[in-house]
Amino acid sequence: MIHTEIAIVGGGPAGLAAAIKAARLGAGVVLIDRNDYLGGQLIKQTHRFFGSKQQRASERGIDIARELSDEVMANEKIVVMAEATVLGYYEDGVLAVEQQGKITTIKPQRLIVATGGAEKSLLFPNNDLPGVYGAGAVQTLVNVFGVKPGNRVLMVGAGNIGVIVSYQLLQAGVEVAGIIEAGPKIGAYWVHAAKVVRAGVPIFTRHTIKCAHGEREVTGATIVQLDDNWQQIPGTERLIDADVICLSVGLTPLTEILWQAGCKMTFVPELGGNVPLRSEGLETSVPGIYVAGDVAGIEEASAAMMEGALAGLNSASSLGYTGPDLNEDRANVLEQLEALRSGHVGEKIRKGLAQAAL
Amino acid sequence: MLPLNGIPTPEDIAAVMPTEERLSKGPVAITECFQNIPCDPCYHSCKRGAIKAFTDINERPQIDFDKCNGCGSCMSRCPGLAIFVVDATYSDSEALVKIPYEFLPLPRVNQIVTAVNRAGEELGNAKVVKVQNTKAQDKTALVWLAVPKNLMMESRHFLVKEVR
Ligand SMILES: Cc1cc2nc3c(=O)[nH]c(=O)nc-3n(C[C@H](O)[C@H](O)[C@H](O)COP(=O)(O)OP(=O)(O)OC[C@H]3O[C@@H](n4cnc5c(N)ncnc54)[C@H](O)[C@@H]3O)c2cc1C
Ligand code: SF4
Ligand code: SF4
Repeated sequence: MIHTEIAIVGGGPAGLAAAIKAARLGAGVVLIDRNDYLGGQLIKQTHRFFGSKQQRASERGIDIARELSDEVMANEKIVVMAEATVLGYYEDGVLAVEQQGKITTIKPQRLIVATGGAEKSLLFPNNDLPGVYGAGAVQTLVNVFGVKPGNRVLMVGAGNIGVIVSYQLLQAGVEVAGIIEAGPKIGAYWVHAAKVVRAGVPIFTRHTIKCAHGEREVTGATIVQLDDNWQQIPGTERLIDADVICLSVGLTPLTEILWQAGCKMTFVPELGGNVPLRSEGLETSVPGIYVAGDVAGIEEASAAMMEGALAGLNSASSLGYTGPDLNEDRANVLEQLEALRSGHVGEKIRKGLAQAAL
Repeated sequence: MLPLNGIPTPEDIAAVMPTEERLSKGPVAITECFQNIPCDPCYHSCKRGAIKAFTDINERPQIDFDKCNGCGSCMSRCPGLAIFVVDATYSDSEALVKIPYEFLPLPRVNQIVTAVNRAGEELGNAKVVKVQNTKAQDKTALVWLAVPKNLMMESRHFLVKEVR
């Protein structure tokens, strides 16, 4: 059994930021990720990020991932376990980790869960045909492995992810037939939407997918317009030729470990599904277990990094570690998080977080 | 309308346009950024102080057109690729439009490309005058297009005719 002061599950922006902050205060950290690389979702984000300068706005996600993981790898206080999957959390506070076919157990004094989210799917006839993908999967294929998913894509969902992945498909030389969105408005930042539209990709709001076509693989889809009550309007069906249907209909927090640990959970649609109740300092209802990033509510990498930093600082300080600028650091992170969520686009998150407060 | 189809309206554009008088004095930047989003790299990237300081990160950028010289530095830092530089004084018949461009292959100088508008519709031929792609721009190239004067405020992207 490995004993450590802090174990962090998930090496995305939240987990990396948490590890860096906790280790800087002096705590010993074990960081566990099931991938053979660190960075989580960031490693496929080839676009520039929004946010403020402090949150590395205008840098590309992939570069942020590289910087954070370099810093983590160079820190002697942090032990990284890659290609290691946390399988369970037991009553006595022990994590079971599978790495290369071997099970290891870890007993941490504090646990930070930063497992991120999983893509949601959508129900429609033939959604099991080869060629129907999640947008995250398509992004991984294209940007991590350099593999084209197909030649012509129908994107379902005009949130930031759907629009950004469409843009990156164009960059990879894949045609995008269009982006459909069931809601009355484009959810993505309008600047992102404008940039794919001028590159030739139409966006159809109030449209959904009626069914996919194809015998052995996707050859097209029928899309249909929706009325104000989200009902399909007969006669508005249109056939779209496509060999890929890419679903970008949201993420949901990956909370299995939190359920196992008995953390109090609550269903908050604004945050993507079931999320843990948490204090302002990101501690769950189970003392010593903290959350950060998308697992606590689907948001953004900038927020994930801030939350990670906060959970890292708080878990380490609860173990007695301190530093000259601890309080200032903590106040600064809280202030930045608030600013990030303060505007109109943060309204949904604010509403969601209000329901998940402990 | 932007929230419905991703295309800004003529009113949206009119609201961020410099005056005719300013346009007649040479290159100037236009921020086609119409939504309050948490973002401010444009402000930090302008060394001339032409973009007003953000008191709240969700504010929209405001350019002081008298301070802006159209250098384009802000363009490649904008994650929304929402800033364009136009120069109505380029020649008697043509205007210059600087476009942020993140596709490969990059066009060559003097190459004829097809200018497109904000809806992705083809407008006609445009000539590539210059391609800026320095390390500092970090893969967001700036392509300078010469277009007929009446297309200066329409041309916002272009298609390279060669098929990859
Ligand atoms: C297409 C797309 C575009 C985006 N664009 C932006 C953007 O422009 N700006 C922005 O701020 N955000 C953006 N985001 C969102 C951003 O990527 C996420 O919000 C962010 O990565 C969340 O960070 P995280 O650390 O919480 O989770 P993740 O990055 O998802 O990392 C979680 C990690 O945990 C690991 N893990 C999970 N379960 C286990 C387990 N049981 N054992 C071991 N390891 C485990 C996973 O392998 C993963 O590496 C985008 C997301 C997508 C999909
Ligand atoms: S074009 Fe140059 S001077 Fe004008 S706002 Fe941008 S950076 Fe500033
Ligand atoms: S950097 Fe671009 S997207 Fe961000 S506020 Fe400035 S103009 Fe808008």
